[in-house]
Amino acid sequence: MNKTSELSATKATFAMFRRDCLHYFHKPSQIFNPLLFFFMVTAAIPFAIDTSEFQLSLLGPGLIWIMAILSYMLTLNQLYSDDLMDGCLDYIVMSRQPLPLLILAKICAHWVASGIPLILISPILGMIFQMQVDTILVMIVTLIFGTFALSLLGSIGASITISINNSNILTSLIILPIAIPILIFGARTIVLYQTGISALSGFYFLSAYCMFALSFAPYASASAIKIGLD
Amino acid sequence: MWLFFHKLASPKYFYSIATNFIPWLFVLGAILMFFGIINGLFFAPPDYQQGDAFRIIYVHVPSAYLSMMIYVLMAITSIVGLVWRIKLAHAVTVSAAPIGAWFTLLALITGSIWGRPMWGTWWEWGDPRLTSELLMLFLYLGYIALRAAIPDNNKADKLSSILILIGAINIPIIHFSVEWWTSLHQGSTLLKSGGPAIATSMLYPLLAMIFGLSIYFCGLLLTRIKAEVLNREKHTRWIKEMIRKDAK
Repeated sequence: MNKTSELSATKATFAMFRRDCLHYFHKPSQIFNPLLFFFMVTAAIPFAIDTSEFQLSLLGPGLIWIMAILSYMLTLNQLYSDDLMDGCLDYIVMSRQPLPLLILAKICAHWVASGIPLILISPILGMIFQMQVDTILVMIVTLIFGTFALSLLGSIGASITISINNSNILTSLIILPIAIPILIFGARTIVLYQTGISALSGFYFLSAYCMFALSFAPYASASAIKIGLD
Repeated sequence: MWLFFHKLASPKYFYSIATNFIPWLFVLGAILMFFGIINGLFFAPPDYQQGDAFRIIYVHVPSAYLSMMIYVLMAITSIVGLVWRIKLAHAVTVSAAPIGAWFTLLALITGSIWGRPMWGTWWEWGDPRLTSELLMLFLYLGYIALRAAIPDNNKADKLSSILILIGAINIPIIHFSVEWWTSLHQGSTLLKSGGPAIATSMLYPLLAMIFGLSIYFCGLLLTRIKAEVLNREKHTRWIKEMIRKDAK
């Protein structure tokens, strides 16, 4: 076996992470459009409802969360679609590196490119909805865990629908029922915090869910991609 | 014992066994359901709190039970299909899904009809069972939608099995979080399950309905699997021979 072709799994994983990050940042519209959608639709909601401060701060967390999930669903198919188009995905599968690790790297890169920007603009939406600063901080923490868990679950959805064209809606359809616990704990923790209850239990649940999803999502995605490609 | 299972996994053998079993299952299911319905609707005493409105449990409880059991069955056949690559297992998963979705819908509809006189609304978000049942329906529909979207049968089998398994390991979490969520609502817990122990004169018709509907489901499932097997194996020799024999 040729010495140069041997790349340690760790190195390969980091290389994949770096490559995917660069890929996302070279195509900014892929990141910005869902983000803009998130911002515009959420900011459009107050036009449709009663805008008293009490009402807004009460509905705000739930609305921001549901919009975050919706716009996140729009980005899921980017995980594999470009690599599938130009044939890179076949090489990734055929490489001698462990596929679940490479997929984990892709998921992390997707979260960096889609999740973190979404978290960064969420405080502005929080202010639009008249939320207090400490409530916004709680929202940011729930979004950090929540979007990462969504990336993990979404990777399963995107890889299952990999052999279908224009599968965005289908991916959301199959992932949304499974993602309900994230929505419940994400939004409800903020509302509870507003009424004076500690947000810790919500954080615990969301981080535990992340770990749980981390344990099966890369493997499920890897087997789905292998099935979808042959 | 193992030999029997191996034989059963062959579509041809299964087909002939199913053909023999189906009439018996339908007859037995019909007898049990007849007994259950007649006793439940006419002879069981009315509930001291709910009056005659409780009688809808004779349809509601069995269909809610079956909606869960069918998903469990689909999870098991998905594992069997993925791990041992038994094609018949995939046929079972596909055939069970629409029936499961219908039972889930039936449970939801009867639940909300019952809720109208009891809670005063058709839909009560505070009830964890109703809400998890709705998410259950979404899981079934997602599976059916995915199945319908993949043209290649072999791929569709495996990919949708993965989805079923992911759903199955998440169902306890979904159920737990829905319960946590509804526990925050107020005033909706006036009718929890359990409550006063159910009288035997009410219980027997209920058990008869549960068994009857389960057996009816088995008959229905076998009929659907037969159709699925016919469709999948239509190019094999045994099917052609069977059709030729029937034509004579």
